Amino acid sequence: MKGFVSRVSGSVVTVRTGAPVRLFEAARVGLAGFPGETAGLRGFWGPDSAPEVDVVLCENPSGLSVDEEVSFTGGPLSVELGPGLLGDVVDGLGRSLRGDGFYLGEGGGDSLPQNRTWRFTPSAAVGDTALPGGFLGAAAEGSCFVHRVLVPCDVPRAAKGNTVAWIAPEGDYAAWDCICRLADGTEFSLSRRWAIRVPRPFAARLPLDRPFYTGVRGLDALLPLAEGGVAILPGGPGTGKTVLQQSLARHCRADVVVCVNCGGRGNETAELFEDFSSIPAPGGGSLMERTLLVSAPADAPPAMRETAVCLAMTAAEFYRDMGYSAVVLVDSVSRWEEASREVEAHLSGPGGAFYARLARHCQRAGAVETLEGRRGAVTLVNAASPRDGDFSDPVTQAALRLSGAFWGLNGEWARARCFPALDWERNWSLYGDALSGVLTRETGEDWAKSRDYLLSFLSQAGELSGPARLQTLSDQERWLLYHSETLQDLYLRQNATDLSGGLSSALLRFLKALDSKVQEAGFPDEAFTVRPELARLFTLPEEEFPDRAREWLEHFAGALTPAVGNF
Amino acid sequence: MTWLYREGSKKITGVSGSLLFAEARGAGIGEPVTVETDAGALMGQVLHVEGALCAVQLFDEMESLARATLWLERGVLEVGVGDGLLGRVLDGRGRPVGEGVSGRSGGIEKFVSLYGPRINPAHRTPPGEAIETGLSALDLMSTLMRGQKILLLAGAGLPTAELAAHAAVQATVRSRENVLVFAGIGIPARDEALFMDAFERGGVMESSVCLLNRAGDSPMERFLTPRAALAVAEYFAFEKGRDVFVVVTDMLNYCDALRDLNRAIYKTPEKEYPARVYSDLAGIYERAGCAADRPGSVTQLSVLTLPDDDLSHPAALLSAAVADGQIILDRALHARGVFPPVDIAASLSRLMNRGIGRGRTFDSHRDLAGQLHAAWAKAMKVKRLPAGSVLSSVERTYIDFADAFECRFLNQRVRETAELLSVERRTFAQSEARAWEILSKLPPEELYLLPSALLERKRWS
Repeated sequence: MKGFVSRVSGSVVTVRTGAPVRLFEAARVGLAGFPGETAGLRGFWGPDSAPEVDVVLCENPSGLSVDEEVSFTGGPLSVELGPGLLGDVVDGLGRSLRGDGFYLGEGGGDSLPQNRTWRFTPSAAVGDTALPGGFLGAAAEGSCFVHRVLVPCDVPRAAKGNTVAWIAPEGDYAAWDCICRLADGTEFSLSRRWAIRVPRPFAARLPLDRPFYTGVRGLDALLPLAEGGVAILPGGPGTGKTVLQQSLARHCRADVVVCVNCGGRGNETAELFEDFSSIPAPGGGSLMERTLLVSAPADAPPAMRETAVCLAMTAAEFYRDMGYSAVVLVDSVSRWEEASREVEAHLSGPGGAFYARLARHCQRAGAVETLEGRRGAVTLVNAASPRDGDFSDPVTQAALRLSGAFWGLNGEWARARCFPALDWERNWSLYGDALSGVLTRETGEDWAKSRDYLLSFLSQAGELSGPARLQTLSDQERWLLYHSETLQDLYLRQNATDLSGGLSSALLRFLKALDSKVQEAGFPDEAFTVRPELARLFTLPEEEFPDRAREWLEHFAGALTPAVGNF
Repeated sequence: MTWLYREGSKKITGVSGSLLFAEARGAGIGEPVTVETDAGALMGQVLHVEGALCAVQLFDEMESLARATLWLERGVLEVGVGDGLLGRVLDGRGRPVGEGVSGRSGGIEKFVSLYGPRINPAHRTPPGEAIETGLSALDLMSTLMRGQKILLLAGAGLPTAELAAHAAVQATVRSRENVLVFAGIGIPARDEALFMDAFERGGVMESSVCLLNRAGDSPMERFLTPRAALAVAEYFAFEKGRDVFVVVTDMLNYCDALRDLNRAIYKTPEKEYPARVYSDLAGIYERAGCAADRPGSVTQLSVLTLPDDDLSHPAALLSAAVADGQIILDRALHARGVFPPVDIAASLSRLMNRGIGRGRTFDSHRDLAGQLHAAWAKAMKVKRLPAGSVLSSVERTYIDFADAFECRFLNQRVRETAELLSVERRTFAQSEARAWEILSKLPPEELYLLPSALLERKRWS
């Protein structure tokens, strides 16, 4: 279907076309074939009238002029999903950036590698009924990842003739090779396209009752996130949103990690790629083998920020459907909103769809029973960059209402370089109660009690360090301040590169024991110089820590008791 | 400029400020145009096309409409690049001025697009080589990296130009064959003299290219100046393999030109910046970095004046969101005579941790910087307690620490003669020595963010 450009403004092109066009239909615009998406229709088709169609371009329309031809593809923007997606860097349209040159546009191709094959091991047999989402066989992706090949979920469930007529024997296949044919002649390959704005179907939503371990001590201890949950991570400039997101991508316990650079710096994508390619993953291979980087940095065309977010959710759902726990890290939704406004300013019709799209985006997260009957999850962490760290900004508030955990960052701590600069007292998590039982079982520590211990300490110390202090503090108050600073500086403060979630409960148990020993001994002076000792203990390897810490504490307490006896 | 064909139009329908409307069917978005008038030829760029009409943004002042012809030049806005640019002064759109170097003969090798192609994020290498500026406040606390884009934010009246000029001249980027590209956007005569003087004195004039859009030049030309400068920088970096240090001043003038253009088109309120400012600025700042598969780098230091010292000004916030960090100057430190008056708590180099430490700057750089930041934050907390507060003995040591930090660590002013500021240059090792000197004001048990082994060693040495 064809049309002609009648107006170009910013990255929006108005097209006159006689043929019916649908909203969100993908288009190719002009001689250069700029990719775009239909964003608005005005008017109607009559014998001598044609409506105006607004097409948003996902490319800088340099040199485009009126009367150039536009072709509509008949389908929505979609992405090729299949083995080879993990480990790659793609742009907001799913084009692999690793295949392109140093300057964009020198080359580049589809999301899946063209010249690779995958070892496919069939499980289904001839004569089996092929239901949507049913298991056909496994393909080996990367060094350890099992890519479950499923019957595409858009195959009609009740169609006649959906029995497997032929399935490929074990062997190496390219993503586009046919591996299965049904009785009605339908053929499947390892990969299939999926429209990025359409959520993939599942059987049922499951309760959010499993923890998503972030690897960040403070988050797991105070503000837990559930698998399939949504968290919002707002923070002013320089408070460490991006670094925290990168730490999550690196240390969280997830099968698949999708990082979206939505209007950020190009260097951020480069950093993740370089680091993750060399860091070994717990299960073997490098971290990059479980990661997909979607990159729509600030200098990319604004419309790409939205497609990048939708594409990331689609990819995560694709792995969710295989029964995996995937996480999508978006940095940041504020840049997405900015891009929407930038595009809307040029539309010939009204805009204003951003908040509805944000809600739809958050709704795509969740723990589900897949069509195949397995448990899969998409966890979502949205960073937001409210202006000047003011959390009342509309994007933060909208995202916050759609989230179950609020991880706000505090500018003052960031300026003291106390990272992660999470504002422990203002933040909240709605998942705590549902997860408390599992967390207690898995960490061997009453989770809710530990949380209350930490929070009460932090809030009491906050009250003491208020503005006016006109008299000497009592010993108990001094200890409260000193120990809360220890908790803040040695427990909650964590270096982004060497987070170790494994030790967190042992550390906290130790700090609580120290606190009670000091209280028993009546706050002797020695208690106020222990921090360097603790700092040294805390750098011990994970397996040595519990024994050495116990020894140290016994020795320390032993030295304290006589002093109390003298009184 | 080369073109396949030219199309002229005499149907100019209107001029409004720096916008011109004409009937010229087939004009392409972003294409350059020339407007010939009695008074001479003007340059412009197609901003918007609708049917046969196009809106053109003019880079010169339009004086008379009489007998004007609009020529569509096709192609893109270009700037000539080549070794012949070194040591030269160019105008705000990248054309050499004086001693008529023009065309290929004068050392111009070719013409490249002002907008430059976008760098592929997957082919970038994250910057990770430290630059020694000789200033402790930067080198130790917010280390700059080769290929970084950093902002210098400060209110008017603070020594931003002095600091930027100093950093540009002193910065030791890896190779000896550095190129310095200077872009003055709406630059007043005083600043121009200051920079030129500093470059001359620093002996870097021969290896520098200066693009000047002076305060009196067309505000619309300000759209071109940083882009032309970066096209030149990219040529030297990614085609010639040089390490290029770009100084841009003042990005506020650029943002204001963008705002004024938007106001002319959409009649937006006077203070409002259009939504596209962020993408537009990113198109400038993102043109910095290192490549994975070729030598050379572009490092950007962009000065942005904060209106009324307001860090939440949209131009500053949006710039800070793209840049790899910011250096912020503090008025109180400046009033106390400290140079450079860097607010180290608010300043930040996002790429710092990749390029410091053993074998790069010095051992334990990261721990030392972390400890200094924490101690400074605590000292500020103590200093902020109201007068009459009871301080513990430990808290009093923080007051001493804060004084030493300002006088012995931050301040590098040696003496001030009538016309120039004399600044002590410190190597990384000298900055490190200063850091230990001032940390010794604090009791050792306060220094728990430093590895204990390191602390032991320092206490005995």
